[in-house]
Amino acid sequence: MKYSKEFRDPQVAARFLEILAAAAARLDGVKTLMEVCGTHTMAIHRHGIRSLLPTKIRLISGPGCPVCVTPVDFVDKAVALSRLPDVIIATFGDMVRVPGSTTSLLKEKAQGIDLRIVYSPADAVALAARNPSRRVVFLGVGFETTAPTVAASILQAEKSWLENYFVLCAHKTIPEAMALLGEDPEIPIDGYLCPAHVSAVIGTRAYASLATEHAIPCVVTGFEPLDILQGVALLVHQILDGRAEVENQYSRFVRREGNPKAMEILHRVFEPCDARWRGLGTIPGSGLRIREEFAAFDIEKRLTIAAEPAREPSGCCCGEVLKGKIAPRDCPLFGTLCTPEEPVGACMVSNEGACAAAYRYGA
Amino acid sequence: MCLAVPMKIISLEADSALCEIDDVRRRASVTLIEDPRIGDYVLVHAGYAIEKLIEKEAEETLSLFREMSQAPETPFEIL
Amino acid sequence: MKSDVVLLGHGSGGKLSHQLLDEIIIPHLSGISLKNQNDSAVLPFRGERLAFTTDSYVVDPIFFAGGNIGDLAVNGTVNDLAMAGARPVALSVGLILEEGLPLRDLETIVRSMRKAADRAGIAIVTGDTKVVTRGGADKIFINTSGIGVFDHPHSVAGDGARVGDRILINGPVGDHGIAILAGREGLELGNDIHTDSAPLNGLVADLLREWGEAVHVLRDPTRGGVATTLKEIARQSAVDILLEENAIPVRPSVEGACAILGLDPLYVANEGKVLVFVEGKAASGVLDLLRGHPLGREAAMIGEVTSGAVAGGKVYLRTAIGGKRIIDMLSGEQLPRIC
Repeated sequence: MKYSKEFRDPQVAARFLEILAAAAARLDGVKTLMEVCGTHTMAIHRHGIRSLLPTKIRLISGPGCPVCVTPVDFVDKAVALSRLPDVIIATFGDMVRVPGSTTSLLKEKAQGIDLRIVYSPADAVALAARNPSRRVVFLGVGFETTAPTVAASILQAEKSWLENYFVLCAHKTIPEAMALLGEDPEIPIDGYLCPAHVSAVIGTRAYASLATEHAIPCVVTGFEPLDILQGVALLVHQILDGRAEVENQYSRFVRREGNPKAMEILHRVFEPCDARWRGLGTIPGSGLRIREEFAAFDIEKRLTIAAEPAREPSGCCCGEVLKGKIAPRDCPLFGTLCTPEEPVGACMVSNEGACAAAYRYGA
Repeated sequence: MCLAVPMKIISLEADSALCEIDDVRRRASVTLIEDPRIGDYVLVHAGYAIEKLIEKEAEETLSLFREMSQAPETPFEIL
Repeated sequence: MKSDVVLLGHGSGGKLSHQLLDEIIIPHLSGISLKNQNDSAVLPFRGERLAFTTDSYVVDPIFFAGGNIGDLAVNGTVNDLAMAGARPVALSVGLILEEGLPLRDLETIVRSMRKAADRAGIAIVTGDTKVVTRGGADKIFINTSGIGVFDHPHSVAGDGARVGDRILINGPVGDHGIAILAGREGLELGNDIHTDSAPLNGLVADLLREWGEAVHVLRDPTRGGVATTLKEIARQSAVDILLEENAIPVRPSVEGACAILGLDPLYVANEGKVLVFVEGKAASGVLDLLRGHPLGREAAMIGEVTSGAVAGGKVYLRTAIGGKRIIDMLSGEQLPRIC
């Protein structure tokens, strides 16, 4: 795999670990580095990186799992839509096990709803084109990596004169959440591992204020194990130097200005709005909604969705876990009422949720 | 939320590219990037190419890694 | 939020499947303990042993790169018998056909079944055919049951793993599952991706003839992949297992397809692979034997049994960069993801 496999060399990993061991010895205490991308959470667990880091360097997961932060009522709305006889729900696989107030899409599938797991929003548009008598609703979940692809799918549907393609939109943007967490005195963040592919779209400049106003070191880091080790090393280096800058480890795909074309398409179709993050509450300006001129594709503008009243499960500590305030094991439901087979909160459902990772990998 | 794979463009047709990684091919849309060319490596996410590889940077990173795997003792500065 | 209906995940081979078996099916049907859940039942019969197994095939699509549901059904049941250490002797075939299935397709499938049976040296001796109305089945469902006999005294059940055993596999993982998915997900695969479905009874017979004493467990990593199968064995044998990621053979194209779809090759189904647990000192001899067989040319040593656990049985992976993580069973099917 070109430009993938080379980033898994165990010898180079060993060198980075030597560097980190030497650096950790010079740290004046445990430093907490937060990664805010579910894909980083997954990669760190998959490669067993925590088992290799010196104890003074602590990695915690933030709210970068879009599935984990999707509010309960989004799933409820999707379920309500799925029960309309002509509706096909098209979604990424990540969403189907997320619990709503009383059920999940996968459970509803057993009851007969038409649920299609797609790899791309383009597949959902193609589905709509092939089924003119059905309404295809695509579940728009994801950060700035995914939002441009969904925006492009809406433009494609418009170009093809489709009247039966819709998006239920819950897209969010990540920098605002990072700023919010950075301001919270209860959450010790000594550095941010910034997401790789979100950054490929939004650019390294999106994190500037985190470094300058909040004095948090930031390194945009790729997802391969050597990327992550290098990213951690660069952060530790900044901490030892007393610097707070935005550095770019993932320079092979990330530019300062990101991908202007993708950003332009994103902003042509979406506009910022306030958004509710499961467990974090409302973060102003952190969401994306479909602009008025594309209202024809916004399922919430086309009909009133009769979802059941939203009910957050009691005892669920996803919010605290998402902020890195408590470890998964500290949640009273962890491993007992809440397991990957019967998840209560989203952190346990998503493969990259901190709780699912802790349960599976014993983190 | 960013699973994406570096793939090579092996053919182009308007907005659609046939991309390849290790003998596996899949179509991806190139509407989100500028000036795609055959032979370019692109990051493919959810069926769309979202960025082009910057070869120079990739080579720099890889050569740093090569240096590290060969050097008997890596000074801390060599990040 | 426990489900009160059957979910697709109950058929995936992972935790939900085990829950269904342990909580509803086995207690009522037979009461076989976890320890004794093997691919085939081994029954005492007039002083000898008989192996008996059954399997149903509902794969979609029914035609895929390198095979179809028919030869899959024959090879699969042959392999279940082989995994018990038995020599397959007879197969039954039950066909459930959906109204509207093209007869041409049916003919191709049964022809392949005969060809597969001949290749495995097994006779199809009895069968049954039913037709259901359109929608009552997905094109064709096949059940194959098989009986086998034992030409040696050795026993290879799932609870036979011992500390110090090495774990071998006869070739690269993930081919079958990816071949199946490729059609569905619009992946064009190169020529080297096709199902690995094959009858392993010949290979197993050679193995047991030479190394019968030293072989402790045999199992084919089908649904749920290598990870799930090793977890099952770890639990049955009450041992811990350590796998070496760098030692696990995977074809580059399977890796590429998994990367695109967000799948882990360790959880992808195989249909022509066998995991062999063998006494440490016999490991390199067994590896040579495997590599000398057409179905084992790319055999590799992928791990070892590290300690006896009190209960549970954990599977660890030493990752490509030298880290360590736990491998667990999936709850349901592995779904393509973009996160």
